[in-house]
Amino acid sequence: MLRILHDTSIDFIRLWRWSTALIALLIIPGAILIAISGFRYSIEFTGGTLMQLEFRQAPAIADVRSTLSDAGVRDAEIQTFGSPNEFVVRAQDERDVAAQAMGAESVAQQIRRALTARFGADAYRVVRTEGVGPRVGGELRQRAVLALIVSFAATLVYLAWRFEWRFGLAAIVATIHDIIASLAFMKYMNLEISLFVVGAILTVIGYSLNDKVVVFDRVRENLKLHRKMSLYDLLNRSINETLPRTVMTGSTTLATLLALLIFGGEVIRPFAWVLTFGIIIGTFSSIYVAGPVLLWIERKWPRKAGEKGGVAHSQLEKPGEAKRRDREPVGSR
Amino acid sequence: MSNIQYRVALIVALTLASVWALWPRTVKERRRNPQTQAWEYVEVKRVPLKLGLDLEGGIHLALEVDESKGAVADKADALNRAETVVRNRIDQFGVAEPVVQRVGEDRLIVELPGIDDPERAEALVKTSAFLQFQIVDEANTLERALPRIDAALKARGVDLTSATPRTGGDTATPGGLADLLTPSTDTGTNVVQDTAVADTGLIAGGRGGAFSNLLQPGGMPGEYFVSFADTGTVRQYLEMPEVRALIPPGRVIRWGALDENARRSGFRPLYVLEARTIIRGDQHLKDARPSTDPIEGNLVLFELTNEGGRRFALETGKHIGDNLAIVLDDVVMGTPPVIQDVIRTRGQITMRGKPLQEAQDLALVLRAGSLPVPLKIVDVRTLSASLGDDAIAQGKRAGILGVTLVVLIMIVYYRFSGALAVGGLVLYVLITAAILAGFDAALTLPGIAGFVLSIGMAVDANFLIFERIREELVRGKTVRTAVNEGFDHAFSAIIDTHVTTALTALILYQVGTGAVRGFAVALLAGIAASLFSAVFVVRTMFLIWLNRRRGALTLSI
Repeated sequence: MLRILHDTSIDFIRLWRWSTALIALLIIPGAILIAISGFRYSIEFTGGTLMQLEFRQAPAIADVRSTLSDAGVRDAEIQTFGSPNEFVVRAQDERDVAAQAMGAESVAQQIRRALTARFGADAYRVVRTEGVGPRVGGELRQRAVLALIVSFAATLVYLAWRFEWRFGLAAIVATIHDIIASLAFMKYMNLEISLFVVGAILTVIGYSLNDKVVVFDRVRENLKLHRKMSLYDLLNRSINETLPRTVMTGSTTLATLLALLIFGGEVIRPFAWVLTFGIIIGTFSSIYVAGPVLLWIERKWPRKAGEKGGVAHSQLEKPGEAKRRDREPVGSR
Repeated sequence: MSNIQYRVALIVALTLASVWALWPRTVKERRRNPQTQAWEYVEVKRVPLKLGLDLEGGIHLALEVDESKGAVADKADALNRAETVVRNRIDQFGVAEPVVQRVGEDRLIVELPGIDDPERAEALVKTSAFLQFQIVDEANTLERALPRIDAALKARGVDLTSATPRTGGDTATPGGLADLLTPSTDTGTNVVQDTAVADTGLIAGGRGGAFSNLLQPGGMPGEYFVSFADTGTVRQYLEMPEVRALIPPGRVIRWGALDENARRSGFRPLYVLEARTIIRGDQHLKDARPSTDPIEGNLVLFELTNEGGRRFALETGKHIGDNLAIVLDDVVMGTPPVIQDVIRTRGQITMRGKPLQEAQDLALVLRAGSLPVPLKIVDVRTLSASLGDDAIAQGKRAGILGVTLVVLIMIVYYRFSGALAVGGLVLYVLITAAILAGFDAALTLPGIAGFVLSIGMAVDANFLIFERIREELVRGKTVRTAVNEGFDHAFSAIIDTHVTTALTALILYQVGTGAVRGFAVALLAGIAASLFSAVFVVRTMFLIWLNRRRGALTLSI
């Protein structure tokens, strides 16, 4: 049989300093960038107007820009989209948005009138329009934030019920790490936060929690099997044992994401990017973040005698001591 | 053994149910005829998977009551009226499957698949509803004009051969009995008059013209019925200048509403009305409410202004026994009731045994025409159909590549067991699609993305199981024990992963709108299907294999 990463005994937990440094290196510059310039939000969240236009013959982009600003559409962002004949016009300026309080279609009409006057009605075609009033945008923002919080709370409750709160907390901390890293990644890629991307982040949360659940499920089982083993070794052993599955699931999921990245088209691409990165980072955090964090939580809030659930006090020794006494390499039999 | 038989039976049953749910079936669809540009009903055979707006192209609108020019007192009623007006107008668009939906307290969602001209959508909301009472042409003047219209069409080259002749006989009158319009008198002694009409099919014979052939005379003078299949053609004829010139002077032709009755019967009413408006909703009508009377049954009470009352008294006096058409935005709403007596400022429309719902709807129509509802668009999205076609093509390619990669990984890595898992995956795709079709969920672009993604995740359960079986085999267990223990031990992790994903999908569904909901629905359907296919189906396949080779010492995994 073809096996990868079989019977490994890598001391993942020992590498926690390195992994923390790596994470910091990834997140901190992104966090600084976000603090300075913030995110780009999609029309859905800010309100405003987006129009995708297909011209017969590619006009000069400056010409389009001046036509729009002459018509009173303020600070519209104009980009080519796919081919040089196609443009996306985004009017997200606060004043444009405010103008849409009376009717979300007003700015789109303004743009059409201006373009028709300048280029003629037959010179272009509107492929896509999005006009979002300010109230709808605000509501959507609230709902997106609510979704993130509720999904965290729900999974925390579920994990606390299925395992116990320490495991749940460790999983949540690792998943928060995934979200922050994904946000930093989005900043580097200059991706816009849209409802679709929020969907991607929620999917990353689900996937990442899955990964942690699988590792912790193995930890729970090993706790019963190896009552004398230190938690440090136990975690390492569980991570090693579930490693083939972690890698295989990651590969098939990434394979489908690769397909979406290649063939999914412009609309799907940001979604696919966030997921691709999120799944890599989620897999990474199951190994390097969830374990060390659980170990830290177990030390910080040790179980009282008689408390239900796995870890006995004797299992919470410092890694060094455990290693000296238990020379047998982790994961071998 | 019998255990396996039960399992196989369940799998076969579910597979058959899924295939049945996805089997192409005949559906009536409204489609634009490429030659005449008219909307027609066509029967098409297709897989019952609905496409979302982003794949089909179309317009999505969110509407709210506009309070910028003064507060609206009864918002719920205002929105109800707006919904009536919007529904009525959309009908004029000839959209295949329009959606009009109330969302929350104060919002109306309108989806018009296949229409990507936003200017037309704005017509939905920018003008206020126009309600008028008109008298149905009791002199039956169109009947006399029909031969000349047929002749004019013939002169233009439209002949019987190009129009499908209708055979009468199977035409039941939609709407059945005509409603009664009676004044509400102090004595309360309203005469209930039976206005049952002759079977229309009997009158249908003996016609022969391109136009007259498409019309079935209805239950009252000036009423006709047109089969759905012919509405496009009739509309087209009525727009021809030659035909227009021949319409009797002082008469107008109006379609009846495409309401439940019309949909059920397959025939749409067409009315010839006196062009004169006797009551205008915005000027003469004060209020209308549904009511139930122990003797009369369900009815609609309406009240006119003093001036309206004077005009109405005069007109109803002249037209006792005739039918009164309630026309909203040039569409005749409901069956025109019979005028029973002179009506002044207060009148009632007896619903003649029809459900209260219809009385409520009619009252809503009257109020919609009398109290204007200012609407504004708070969210508009339009997508051209070509963009949707691109998206479908992209989704297909991504799906095929994604599935191929997953299948390759499974078979290369797990060999025989991988092939079993791929078998489970085929069932997974089938069941997920069937669930989507069964719940009538529309397939959206994010939905396709979610579906493709879920294929990568669906095999996760198989990885958990197979890796576990490998571990058990390494520990020296027999093939049968290893397989059993692999499934048993992996199960708790599988349940947990499925539940956590389901939780996020549910939340996404609650929070998301349109497209994101499509993603959540696809994800949820995938989770349910994956639990069945990856665990139950693959295990059954293993059980069958183990039974065939009782002494098997090795397993290709």
